[in-house]
Amino acid sequence: MKKRIFAFALAAIVFGMTMLTGCHGSRGMKPFEMPEQFDESGQYEITFWAKNDTNITQVEIYQKAIEDFQQIYPNITVNLRLYTDYGKIYNDVITNISTNTTPNVCITYPDHIATYMTGSNTVVALDELFDDPRYGLGGAEIKFDSPTKEEIIPQFLAECEIDGKHYALPYMRSTEACYVNKTYVEALGYELPETLTWDFVWEVSEAAMEQNEDGTYKINGQNVLIPFIYKSTDNMMIQMLRQQGAGYSTADGEILIFNDTTKELLYTIAEHAETGAFSTFKISSYPANFLNAGQCIFAVDSTAGATWMGSDAPLIDIAEDKLVNFETEVMTIPQFDTDDPKMISQGPSVCVFNKADPQEVMASWLFVQYLLTNDVQITYSQTEGYVPVTSKAQNSEEYRDYISRMGEDNDLHYDVKIKAAQLLMDNTDNTFVTPVFNGSASLRDAAGQMIENTTKSVNRKKEVNEQFLNELFDDMVSLYRLDQNAGTVGVNTDDLGPLPATSVALLATLAAVWVLIIIYAAYGWIKVKKEQK
Amino acid sequence: MKKLIALMMALVLVFAFAGCAKTEEAPVAEESAPVEEAPVEEVADVKGEGVMTYAEYAAADLDAEVVIEAYVQGKQSWWDNKATVYTQDQDGAYFLYEMACSEEDYAKLEVGTKIKVTGFKAEWAGEVEIVDATFEILEGSYVAEPMDATDLLGKDELIDHQNKLVSFKGLTVEAVEYKNGEPGDDIYVTLSKDGASYEFCVEVYLTGTETEVYTTVGTLAAGDVVDVEGFLYWYEGVNPHITSIAVAQ
Repeated sequence: MKKRIFAFALAAIVFGMTMLTGCHGSRGMKPFEMPEQFDESGQYEITFWAKNDTNITQVEIYQKAIEDFQQIYPNITVNLRLYTDYGKIYNDVITNISTNTTPNVCITYPDHIATYMTGSNTVVALDELFDDPRYGLGGAEIKFDSPTKEEIIPQFLAECEIDGKHYALPYMRSTEACYVNKTYVEALGYELPETLTWDFVWEVSEAAMEQNEDGTYKINGQNVLIPFIYKSTDNMMIQMLRQQGAGYSTADGEILIFNDTTKELLYTIAEHAETGAFSTFKISSYPANFLNAGQCIFAVDSTAGATWMGSDAPLIDIAEDKLVNFETEVMTIPQFDTDDPKMISQGPSVCVFNKADPQEVMASWLFVQYLLTNDVQITYSQTEGYVPVTSKAQNSEEYRDYISRMGEDNDLHYDVKIKAAQLLMDNTDNTFVTPVFNGSASLRDAAGQMIENTTKSVNRKKEVNEQFLNELFDDMVSLYRLDQNAGTVGVNTDDLGPLPATSVALLATLAAVWVLIIIYAAYGWIKVKKEQK
Repeated sequence: MKKLIALMMALVLVFAFAGCAKTEEAPVAEESAPVEEAPVEEVADVKGEGVMTYAEYAAADLDAEVVIEAYVQGKQSWWDNKATVYTQDQDGAYFLYEMACSEEDYAKLEVGTKIKVTGFKAEWAGEVEIVDATFEILEGSYVAEPMDATDLLGKDELIDHQNKLVSFKGLTVEAVEYKNGEPGDDIYVTLSKDGASYEFCVEVYLTGTETEVYTTVGTLAAGDVVDVEGFLYWYEGVNPHITSIAVAQ
């Protein structure tokens, strides 16, 4: 009888613990284990969430890549879901993590992956897959001309590393460029330097603000002029700080952005916002639209937005009668130290989500590799001022020919677009990325929001002073929860926090029961031993 | 002793199951909630103390703080505690862009709901809007009838009615283009009247994809003649956001 009760007790405990374990792991998945080989007899359907720049040609390239891939691997079907906004993909992925309905593959930013990793084993670490001699990059069993790991531009690959592992592959790379109305700069009596400086941009912008008696601006004869417009103010702040050698964050997520250099930069921005010489995309609209209408002189935007820039741009968003003729120069973003230029590296990466079936993950991995083939890399990069992420594509005869034909037409060989791509290739060694950790996306948002809020406040006749900036810092910490999120990688502190009292009580009870069981078992064992003696 | 242990283990199991209950809240997807119409109750459009008339709002400088009272006419989107809403009073319309709004309050906003809004007047690509706003719900209701703006197409006066619920009749379809080349995102529609072309849009956040207007627009062919209703949005020129459409038989 005693043994039966003891056995029942043990069974009950094991059952109870199993149930608890099951509950605890309900948010995560088992880690991906690479199968011996890819099963080509099975049918696999995978979903690919892709981002395009509101560019139908890019959509068509995705569609063709899928068709070509499916011909090579007829047992894999790829379903494409299209987005035009990284933020929307991010939101949808976050929503789907909680229901285990993530896509198989998606275009993303490393900052976002750090958040995706809050679900355990949600995103597949790719290092083992990279190096597999059969199915890895350039592997022997791959049925297409996959690039080797060494053929991926090292800086771009390194950007996909989080906490010592690669959780993505770079897909396309871009940086920011300053698209300059050279005609107006020269009309104002200035000559463009080899490398733009912040001082030069501010000076020319202020000089352009001179008005006629009727209120129109002398430089363009129009009622509207914003000489300097920045599209992504988060990048603006991040790059200014990096160029100054000032703090932003540490690699493990310590927030350093709230410093004196940031204040100095905001004072300068406020000064030029006050005169109307500076504004932002969020406050005014697309820099390209102002540039093309002759209402902006320095338009900073992604090199991936180059097809919208200039009088002859293939993509135009304003009425034809508003277009103004001018010469467009494509330059690196303004610098503080022209001998040591620094600019951000950005652009889409692609990650693989974990699934219960490792073969499905393998199918995703094969497709991801296909996105790095020359066919896809070269055609997609030609749609904008993107740069292929492999040396294999960059050095190919086809790509070199494309670059050499710059300016032959205003479509495929549009000079502004090719100059933008060339700008990044010439400056790859001058690019940087910010550390990725859970909360780094929020920190990036805060960096931009400080410029937006400062500019808006000046527009609203508020004084930007020490008190304003201190309050702004506090607001950013609070709004973006920078005192809660940062400092950890892959752990969502929002969801966890202190254990509830009921959980503490439960754990205490469990511990007490275990103690009792052990005492009881020991007592029984000693008693049996005594009886045997 | 044995009974005690059995009892304790039973209790542990009960607690364990209770502890497993999932209380985690899933993020809310960005999508337009269906708009229900509140009972129409016409009230005199009397402004509260310190509240601008539409004329005062229209005359206010950009970046000025504004306080208005208006009635919800359409809900475009809610996300991250920010709501984008079309409102109108009997004199004019106000587009409230990313106004601070909890999800619970967003659900309370129905077509006709009266709200008092405090924010800043702004302009983005020609669209005059109220940004960085907060609001409170007031007593009262007003549902605007669409204003027939057909004869104003191509005229300077059209902008005076920016953001109003309007209708255009007898327009000819020139082109229909999905933003992404396939259903799922905005639809760009070029419509013409008297030889001039105008850009319209089916804004997916405003209408959703599973709506009659979205599917109907997707089936339009060049040459079709349509009557449309929508909000008189502006993007580098007039760019009405269609909310309903009827194809002439």
